[in-house]
Amino acid sequence: MRDTDVPAAKMSTRGLQAWFGKQQVLKGIDLDISARRVTAIIGPSGCGKSTFIRCLNRMHELIPGAGSSGTVTLDDANVYDPAVDPVMLRRRVGMVFQKPNPFPSMSIRDNVLAGLKLTKSLNKRRPAEVVEKALRQAALWDEVKDKLDKPGTSLSGGQQQRLCIARTLAVEPEVVLMDEPCSALDPIATARIEDLLHTLRDDYTIIIVTHNLQQATRVSQRTAFFLTGECVEYADTDRLFTSPGDRRTEDYITGKFG
Amino acid sequence: MDASAATSVEPVASGATSKPQRPWLRQRSGSVGERAIELGLAACSLVSIVVTIGIVVVLLYEASGFFAHVSLGEFLGDTMWTPTFTDNQHFGVWPLVVGTLMTATIAMSVALPFGLLAAIYLSEYAAPRTRRMLKPALELLAGVPTIVYGFFALTVVTPFLQGWLPELGGFNALSPGIVMGIMIIPMVSSLSEDAIYAVPDSIREAAYGLGASKLPTIFRVIVPSAWSGIAAAMTLAVSRAIGETMIVAIAAGQSNTLSFDPRGQTETMTAYIVRIAQGDLPTGSIGYQSIFAVGLVLFVMTLTMNLVSYRLSRKLRARNRT
Repeated sequence: MRDTDVPAAKMSTRGLQAWFGKQQVLKGIDLDISARRVTAIIGPSGCGKSTFIRCLNRMHELIPGAGSSGTVTLDDANVYDPAVDPVMLRRRVGMVFQKPNPFPSMSIRDNVLAGLKLTKSLNKRRPAEVVEKALRQAALWDEVKDKLDKPGTSLSGGQQQRLCIARTLAVEPEVVLMDEPCSALDPIATARIEDLLHTLRDDYTIIIVTHNLQQATRVSQRTAFFLTGECVEYADTDRLFTSPGDRRTEDYITGKFG
Repeated sequence: MDASAATSVEPVASGATSKPQRPWLRQRSGSVGERAIELGLAACSLVSIVVTIGIVVVLLYEASGFFAHVSLGEFLGDTMWTPTFTDNQHFGVWPLVVGTLMTATIAMSVALPFGLLAAIYLSEYAAPRTRRMLKPALELLAGVPTIVYGFFALTVVTPFLQGWLPELGGFNALSPGIVMGIMIIPMVSSLSEDAIYAVPDSIREAAYGLGASKLPTIFRVIVPSAWSGIAAAMTLAVSRAIGETMIVAIAAGQSNTLSFDPRGQTETMTAYIVRIAQGDLPTGSIGYQSIFAVGLVLFVMTLTMNLVSYRLSRKLRARNRT
């Protein structure tokens, strides 16, 4: 069975290693992330999957004592080049976190606009249009259109997470990193976010870290299996789950460990 | 402190009536010795409550003597305060209230920006080691006796300021106000820093993840998120400034007329109380009773500020829990 033709890589890593202090959490990852696809990263807790995506937008280096080496490219440009401003990189590579984290001091509207206001890039864009577009993309518009001035934290957990997705999309990133975005949500809220991912992949390159194997099969086209800081297998999602090429992948997806 | 006092008093109160039933979870201490210790501890926590109630009772009692002579309308309507004069007595509390608010405002306009910026530096910029050393050092400032600050205001700051403002009097509101502000900086910065430090890292990450740089993240996301804690620190600081006595008693002078000029002499409520309490006015005279009326005003003002502060910090805790 051959992998289907995949578009050119939007992001690539070569020999990516990462540490927390002296503890090495990534031991040389080579991965090509296809443009306009959903790529899932699976693996047991502590395998380095969150660290991996946090290296892609240089959030990893914000943690005291954290370091990394190797190359990460976005459209063939090394994001770890000294000339690259990590702040600018993060506007192109957005991130949605595990726990919904809307800004507590801001209304729903201001949460959506936060990225543009904080980076002074609202320019000539009309705020009302930005808000509506982002909230529609995040499938939240109909639920909140009458209460845009309410605090973002007044929403339910699932709505808060979609608000965070809207906030990320409003900046118009090219790549969206999602770090277990549904792990704090109930099944119904999870299903809504998964539906959302299907529509978003037309416009964005999405990398989602998940503990939930069913979720990986439902939302992703490509899946990478991480184990103790290494990428054991990276293949089309269908293939990885039906005929894994590595014994360890098979053991993990059949529930023998993890 | 209040909460622990309430819970430790309760078993003793019900124990005193010697009812057989006890709260299920709180077993009565077995031996007589332990009972004695429990009673002793409860007594300790009662002391502060009893004393506070006593203070309020004395204030109200003595102030009622004052208000038997002076109507509330005159107290709040007149703009002259001369209760110790033998003739031409006036009982308008406004000169003291304005003096108090003026020095407190000057103090806050120093303490607020410096305290907040120090808090931001400590929480968001300082390396952990710097923070560990700087924070206690700053808090040491709060341990300097206020009389020292008072002399500092009178003998250093006032002459220094006179170099810039020749019309500044030897006693004035400006200099003690500024020194009071310096004294309050550690309080503002320490409490604000606690509030800023308590903002979850997930909020910082969210801002950085959106491509925000550090300064906008601090001023538009983190500080607003900590706002109720910062406001609680501010109200406590205002309450401290209103209640501060020694600095203004030494360096602000005396005044019995309404004046809004920070360059001239002014008298705060606290400084007035000190002056009269040290004088030789006979107990029961109107001048003597007037300090309790002023004390009552002071008590109500600081109590209000503390209540506001308490509510704000409780709101902060409630929000941080979610």
